[in-house]
Amino acid sequence: MSTGTNPGNARRGSALALFSATVRREFLLSFRRKSDLANPLIFFVMVATLFPLGVSPEPDFLAQLAPGVIWVAALLATLLSMDALFRSDYEDGSLEQLLLSPQPLFVLVLAKVAAHWCMTGLALTLMAPLLALMLFLPADGMAGLLLSLLLGTPTLSLVGAIGAALTVGLKKGGVLISLLVLPLYIPVLIFGTGAVQAAVTGLPLAGYLALLGALLALALVLAPVAIAAALRISISS
Amino acid sequence: MAEKKWLPRWFFQLASPRWCYQITGRLLPGLLLLTLLLLAVGTVWSLLFAPADYQQGNSFRIIYLHVPSAIVAQSAYLLMALAGAIGLIWRIKVADMVLKSTAPIGASMALLALVTGAIWGKPTWGSWWVWDARLTSMLILLFLYLGVMALNSAIENESTAARAAAILALVGVVNIPIIKYSVEWWNTLHQPATFKLTEKPAMPAEMWLPLLVMVIAFYGFFVVSLMQRLRNEILWRERRTGWVRELLNKQ
Amino acid sequence: MSFNSFSEFLAMGGHGLYVWLSYGLGVGVIAANLILPRLSRNRLLAEQKRRLRREENA
Repeated sequence: MSTGTNPGNARRGSALALFSATVRREFLLSFRRKSDLANPLIFFVMVATLFPLGVSPEPDFLAQLAPGVIWVAALLATLLSMDALFRSDYEDGSLEQLLLSPQPLFVLVLAKVAAHWCMTGLALTLMAPLLALMLFLPADGMAGLLLSLLLGTPTLSLVGAIGAALTVGLKKGGVLISLLVLPLYIPVLIFGTGAVQAAVTGLPLAGYLALLGALLALALVLAPVAIAAALRISISS
Repeated sequence: MAEKKWLPRWFFQLASPRWCYQITGRLLPGLLLLTLLLLAVGTVWSLLFAPADYQQGNSFRIIYLHVPSAIVAQSAYLLMALAGAIGLIWRIKVADMVLKSTAPIGASMALLALVTGAIWGKPTWGSWWVWDARLTSMLILLFLYLGVMALNSAIENESTAARAAAILALVGVVNIPIIKYSVEWWNTLHQPATFKLTEKPAMPAEMWLPLLVMVIAFYGFFVVSLMQRLRNEILWRERRTGWVRELLNKQ
Repeated sequence: MSFNSFSEFLAMGGHGLYVWLSYGLGVGVIAANLILPRLSRNRLLAEQKRRLRREENA
């Protein structure tokens, strides 16, 4: 194993080196199974398809629903991908190694979530215009949609990772993560859809984006602490 | 331990399951009696003697159940999070047991608050459910409780389960003000202009006195129920110790 | 007293269903939370006594 891909060998005292080494490792590992990367994105589109099929395909009706539906679909797609965040590392024992290493767990965890977000949340955000088209979101809403997703999905990844860390030791952790994490997602959902709806009706976005930014800042600081603690607890059993 | 300087002795005494069991055993009968008395007095007062509201009529009496259960549901979550924190920091088993015991009681109080709120809504607003800010927040609180309960029962190892549930409870407690704020904000945006259930009109003494009694009664009930469940939890976890064996033999 | 007769009390000015449903649920939830732990306790004690006896006889 080359030292380049092992985060444990990163130069001591260099948090940035540790961060980038971890991110690089995550990307390498995930791109070995490209099909798995596509799953959340496919799910995202499929969920959005359910609404016209299940309710009504009328443009006016869908346009009203669009902000909420796209956000809920992004939320669910993120949630679904959360279980995989720590699971493969847990199963082959490398998670334990990461916890035992002298490297600061905060940085390691943040790096893992950041890499995960790039492959899910960011990807979903880039796909969102497609859904906006399918659901007849007014063009004015696009900026609000993209900005709110950009600011909101990292928070979703961070909070979802707490759920993943708490359940990583369990065999059927998947559905439980959703149960634990969904109530915590609600503020992000409310402000995210609020931003899109404000954009659609021509109202200023800044307040919503500021709130989403504040939630992200809080999550960036607190979530890795909770994730690290949860990982230690899950591994200890 | 440096903490011994500022923490009273009884804090560490309570940490002993056996001591906790004995203390609660002595307090329980009296508290139960007091609680039942307060509940009886409060209920009779609410139903018979408190005046009906000018606008809402007699359905206003539901407030004497809705508000106390909502208050207890919220306080119980705080207690649960506090117990979780104590269990995580000082590794005190009793704190873990308090967390586990509080969750179902808090959840049932949240459920009662929700259902009474919905029932109250029907004559007041004409529909069984309304996405009012307070009811929606209470629903989310119920979900948070259910999450803690689910996590606690999903993990087999008891102390691991307790510590994981403690983290979840603490994450939840940080989120509660955020959730409240966001739901209230969301509600002001979407709410039809009707009389708010949550607005307490300036209540005369005949109205808020029975409410006070019911709130105290519900708190008493919470403590009694918690003690009962805690004692069961202690008996179960300590079932292999000498003092429990003695206790069983004496039964 | 806020009511002049028992039937008035039951009717609650037309809101009888709501008030009695709520109070019934309230009593139910409180009773359940007080009684169920009691039953659990009895069951627990019985089980543990049986286990003790089993282990002593073994």
